[in-house]
Amino acid sequence: MAVRYLLLTVGALIVLLPLYLTVVNSLLPEPALAHQPPYLYPPHPQWVDYSTAWAGGSLSIYLRNSAVQTAIIVVGQLVTSILAAYSFAFLRFPFRRTLFVVFLSTLMIPFEVTLITNLDTITSLGWYNSFAGLTVPFLASGFGTFLLRQAFLQIPRDLREAAALDGYGHWRFMTRVAVPLARPSVAALAVFSFLGAWNQYLWPLVVTGNNNAVRTVQIGLKLLVGNNVSSVDVTLAGTVIAVAPLLLLLVVFQKQLVRSLTAGAVK
Amino acid sequence: MSPEGIVSRRPRRVQEALLGYLLLVPALLVFGVFVFYPFLRNFKLALYQTPPFPGLPSHYVGLHQVGEVLTSSNFLQSLLTTILFVVMVVPAGLLLGLFLAVAAHRHLRGIAVYRIIFSSTVVSSVAVAALVFGTLMNPVVGFLPWLGINPHPPILENTTWALPAVAVMATWQFLGLSFIIMSAGLSSIPEEVLEAAKVDGATSWSAFWRVTVPLLSPTLFFGVVVATIYAFQTFGQIDILIGSQNAAYEHVNVLIYNVYTTLQINGNPGRAAVLSIALFLLTLTLTLLQLRFLERRVSYGI
Repeated sequence: MAVRYLLLTVGALIVLLPLYLTVVNSLLPEPALAHQPPYLYPPHPQWVDYSTAWAGGSLSIYLRNSAVQTAIIVVGQLVTSILAAYSFAFLRFPFRRTLFVVFLSTLMIPFEVTLITNLDTITSLGWYNSFAGLTVPFLASGFGTFLLRQAFLQIPRDLREAAALDGYGHWRFMTRVAVPLARPSVAALAVFSFLGAWNQYLWPLVVTGNNNAVRTVQIGLKLLVGNNVSSVDVTLAGTVIAVAPLLLLLVVFQKQLVRSLTAGAVK
Repeated sequence: MSPEGIVSRRPRRVQEALLGYLLLVPALLVFGVFVFYPFLRNFKLALYQTPPFPGLPSHYVGLHQVGEVLTSSNFLQSLLTTILFVVMVVPAGLLLGLFLAVAAHRHLRGIAVYRIIFSSTVVSSVAVAALVFGTLMNPVVGFLPWLGINPHPPILENTTWALPAVAVMATWQFLGLSFIIMSAGLSSIPEEVLEAAKVDGATSWSAFWRVTVPLLSPTLFFGVVVATIYAFQTFGQIDILIGSQNAAYEHVNVLIYNVYTTLQINGNPGRAAVLSIALFLLTLTLTLLQLRFLERRVSYGI
């Protein structure tokens, strides 16, 4: 029994070590950073590093931009996925199966082959360095449609028929019955989309210009590395600020996250 | 069924179909413009050679550019680097995830805390992971000298060790997802099966290999596919940690990074398009191969 806990704790320490060391380093005064052997805990925590990263590193702006970008993408994916999944699950029309396969095929097309043309499209629409350019290509999700269709299909037929007898049109059924019943999957999709959008790197990198108008926190972190070469502690403080919201998300929404990530793993 | 009933059904069916299509329009619009059109145009781009100076029209060279890029030493080295990277990350990431999942698959007090810790790396973004490890591996402020690891030149500029260093970081980052996937797989194995095996006299070790692993094979298979795609997409960490100006650049120039630098830094979309198609075909082939080969060895159900 004790051996089990020992094994688990060792595993946990290894996983947490990089992040722990980062927090320690972010609280050290600058000269102490190069101290050998390295400090395993900060003797005199320097919380000022965090305010330096926040203000001087423009982190508050970057976090705001990331929040806006992520919110748009999450809402967009939820709306388009709910509409499409409802259609696939409850409505009948010719080529329904083919169209569903079309939706699924988007999962097979990786980002790198669409990158070049998307950059051209966004630029010619005048959306370079704007929230539109950051978010519009990602407003739909094949995976989201798949996940929600699955959930909608599990709603018993009798319920649908009873609702129809009560005079529920499609809109009412969708908003008052189907979506609330599919809430676990909707929540899972929301968390999954949030994570994906917040952590995007390559696309914001190519679509963001040379100012802070829409720069997200991921790109902002990269800049911190360039600007504050000597102030490693400030950079690390910035890193901790950037990851803290997500860790909170994980702790609160662990169940939803696991649900969405394992949608294909368990038969 | 009265005649009125039958007559009023047909317009309703048309109405339903129209609504069906209408609800698909938002998503299809996004997919059409930002997924399918770029995908097809990419093939066209690959056939046009970009002029050396911007402003000049690019001219059609057909498959000549494709051939030229695919036989270039830049591409071949990129390919080799990518394969090396995938080989380093996928087995390690999956095995470690499995190990952690098995360790945490117990009804012990406080196990939920361990589970959250083990899944935590799934929320680390590319930039965060890169900065965290960049600091750890920094020759001045990092922890490697303390462990006695002191390569010259420093590890992130070292032509031999830069790629393994990035692989270590990518594996760590993948651990969270790997743990979550493996845990889900373990949860789907009914307790009774393991009980039955133990009753039949199997030891823990052989029960694990003879019973658990085969039952886990759909999950392992899913994990391999996810891990491979993940490894092929590793880009941001390389960009932040190493970058294109670095001495070790050539040795960490995986295909996706090559696409980025060819497009943005060298300004050569024609060549970048060819590289991106090569990467896409490589990923697709590997995934399909895994689907055929591994799925045959997967044992579903009991």
